[in-house]
Amino acid sequence: MAKIKKEKEYRVHLMVCAGTACVSNHSFEIKEALETEIKKQDLDNEVLIVTTGCNGFCERGPLLVVQPGNIFYQTLTTKDIPHLVEEHFLKGRPVEKLMYIPPEEKTPIPVLSDIDFFKKQVLIALRNRGLIDPEKIDEYIARDGYKAMAKALTSMSPSDIRSEIQKSGLRGRGGGGFPTGLKWEFVSNAVSSNGNVKYLVCNGDEGDPGAFMDRSILEADPHSVIEGMVIGAKAINATQGYAYVRNEYPLALNRLYKALDDAREYGLLGKNILGSGMDFDIKIVRGAGAFICGEETALLSSIEGRLGEPKPRPPYPAEKGLWGCPTLINNVETWANIAPIINRGAKWYSHIGTETSKGTKVFSLVGKINNTGLVEVPMGITLREIIYDIGGGIPGGREFKAVQTGGPSGGCIPKEKIDLPIDYESLSDAGSMMGSGGMVVMDEDTCMVDVARYFLSFTQDESCGKCTPCREGTKAMLDILTRITKGEGTDEDLTLLEELAVSIKDSALCGLGKTAPNPVLTTMKYFRSEYEAHIRDKKCPAHTCRDLNVYTIDEDICVNTGHGCDLCRRNCASDAILGERNQPHQIIQDKCTKCGVCYDVCKFGAVKVD
Amino acid sequence: MPKLTLEDLEEIREKTKKTTMLRGDSEFRAKITVHMGTCGIAAGARGIMAALMEEIEAQDITEILLTNSGCAGLCSKEPMLTVEIKGQAPVKYVELTGAKTKEILEKHVLGGKIVEKYALGIGSEKTDY
Amino acid sequence: MNPEKISQILANYETDQSSIISILQDIQEALGYLPKEAILQVSREMNIPLSRVLSLATFFNAFSLEPKGKHPIHVCLGTACHVRGAQLVLEKLERELNIKSGETTEDKEFSLDEVHCVGCCGLAPVVMIGEDVYGKISQAKVPGVLKKYKEGRRKEEKDAKTHT
Repeated sequence: MAKIKKEKEYRVHLMVCAGTACVSNHSFEIKEALETEIKKQDLDNEVLIVTTGCNGFCERGPLLVVQPGNIFYQTLTTKDIPHLVEEHFLKGRPVEKLMYIPPEEKTPIPVLSDIDFFKKQVLIALRNRGLIDPEKIDEYIARDGYKAMAKALTSMSPSDIRSEIQKSGLRGRGGGGFPTGLKWEFVSNAVSSNGNVKYLVCNGDEGDPGAFMDRSILEADPHSVIEGMVIGAKAINATQGYAYVRNEYPLALNRLYKALDDAREYGLLGKNILGSGMDFDIKIVRGAGAFICGEETALLSSIEGRLGEPKPRPPYPAEKGLWGCPTLINNVETWANIAPIINRGAKWYSHIGTETSKGTKVFSLVGKINNTGLVEVPMGITLREIIYDIGGGIPGGREFKAVQTGGPSGGCIPKEKIDLPIDYESLSDAGSMMGSGGMVVMDEDTCMVDVARYFLSFTQDESCGKCTPCREGTKAMLDILTRITKGEGTDEDLTLLEELAVSIKDSALCGLGKTAPNPVLTTMKYFRSEYEAHIRDKKCPAHTCRDLNVYTIDEDICVNTGHGCDLCRRNCASDAILGERNQPHQIIQDKCTKCGVCYDVCKFGAVKVD
Repeated sequence: MPKLTLEDLEEIREKTKKTTMLRGDSEFRAKITVHMGTCGIAAGARGIMAALMEEIEAQDITEILLTNSGCAGLCSKEPMLTVEIKGQAPVKYVELTGAKTKEILEKHVLGGKIVEKYALGIGSEKTDY
Repeated sequence: MNPEKISQILANYETDQSSIISILQDIQEALGYLPKEAILQVSREMNIPLSRVLSLATFFNAFSLEPKGKHPIHVCLGTACHVRGAQLVLEKLERELNIKSGETTEDKEFSLDEVHCVGCCGLAPVVMIGEDVYGKISQAKVPGVLKKYKEGRRKEEKDAKTHT
């Protein structure tokens, strides 16, 4: 019998966000300032400071949520803290000027759940975000943590568990969207060549640029992933699990190490878990920075200590995975969904979402959007709701152009499709894919040819080089796209791009190569006129492709409004600007390297780009 | 013998639920607000708060939300607190001491009977905006 | 380079081949790169062909065969950073430091590298210098940010002078 000691109670809990973005915004300094000030006001017996994982509203960090009351404070600086502590925590008067004010409005919104960004979200995978200290296992347990595991281990058979997951309709959240219950069934039925050994893997090699949900889940609620994995282990009869996590996520790794230690300490991992007779443990493997290792066969190779190169499938890892044994691989977000399904039942879960896509999905909402951050929404929500209601629209009154989903394997969805309900099928019908959940918003200043070139340069760089279509084909496509963005493209290039795209899709070995042409195909489909402008008019309509830009200075504005402030000349990278204070300035085109710094620094809008 | 039994797990859950319940959208049966304006603090409101926290912890009382707010506007009668039992009109208590506060907690918050001798009145000022 | 340090790292792991990536990661973290001698020692002590160790060391982005600068700079070129102008920031850094991406300054103070997404997309564009994260950075902010590190160096030199 474990010793359980009584804990001290406090009347106020201060939930300080310590997700990666808030930490980068110095949230630990905020925490220290709070500690100092609370001590100073002699409140340390009344107020508790809790560091939580990512709250989601990264745009407004550093963040602090006050409980009870769910009062949301944002963009804090250490200077705000003495006043805040005295006013709110001592005298009970919430401080309005530190609250969130929606763009283009004047009244602050005090309560977190009243803010549009949070209002439409439904939290299942992120159910504990901001509510617990991820490094305290007891707090996870208090929020019904390890309850599903206890249920699965003591009162469900492996086939009960598998059928519950199958009935829930949960599909893989890492990209492909394969039905999770079916995958579990395959692994369970597979015969191991090595006695009865089967493995279980958590794929946390989140390499998709623009997506950070796995990192956030591991940072905010590592036990939710561990609990899911233990349940999965019982369902397929595995005794050893691996969590493969990017080494670039030090905070997520540290919290997962701590969570595993604490779970072992309590006997929730290890031998005879909760007296059920089941043994299971999890080992962490750190990724070494290769996008391809998100591909499951490459990931398994790298766990075995070999090059992260993919293998042809079949055989699928469900039959022959780690060291030739049947292996169940699910992604971090998928694992985080398991415990709530077992707890509340498949029926409850399948109630949320659309016909073919059940439950919720976590998206990282980034790019040209007001409220960047991490959101969890029910499947079937429209892009419009995500971008305008949750995301608060496009900054600076610019026009929405497209949203990119699915990372380098996905595509761009144009504004005409803004009322598209989000699920696996609708996204692939639109030429894109769900992917791991990156959602990069683009406005009128984003060039779609440049976006296509960007993704191709990414896949080209990350191609492992094993198969020719991917290694050489993406290179050929990248060369053409680069030519087009330099104004050296021809009409034939478009035809060639399409031909290359189709043949790479057909012949590449793994998912990375097969989907690499997607960003090019969707941008050519929806934004062909932008390609044509680059090729025929030698112009980039969004002024992103710099080789096609011409910078000039409006001398009137320069001297009359800006009084020849000289800032552009002093910042110019190539001494291409002539002029002195109070005089009109000029750009010598021959010398201009088109770095655009003059355009960025001019406070008067005198620098024009065409 | 497993390290932790099912019962142990439940016990940890219940214990931590109690110390973290004010974070979620838990329902509270009653709310006690200590008025903590500058005047209230000068008159000893912090002692009242401390006495309440101590009592709540010692008696293991749950489902009660203890919070503070600014000046209640009746500075001469500080320290003050307001008790709101769910579904009932709020009651303001004035000129408190630690002993009076404990009595209010015992009789009103837990026992359901208003302690009239310390009460200022029932209800709040009208707010119509 | 100190062979005992490598032996210590090797001792933390079982000698089976699946540990090799973790071992190389630890060496990279401890020394900032994988020196030739370290790779030779790992190959010898783990009894793994040199060609295999080297192929792993060159396949994964996390490994570097060259030492990095005292202040390693990583410019995030994730999608969110890209659409918010990360390329311009990278080029500005190249001009300011007078090196190309992937290189180290002659005085070994700064090295400049591109990374694919550090997962701080909410703060795009992002540059990391050592452990410090600079979010919402722009071309115009680059000189000011670099100045902090250059001044740090000048101060050190000055201190050194006054001590002698």
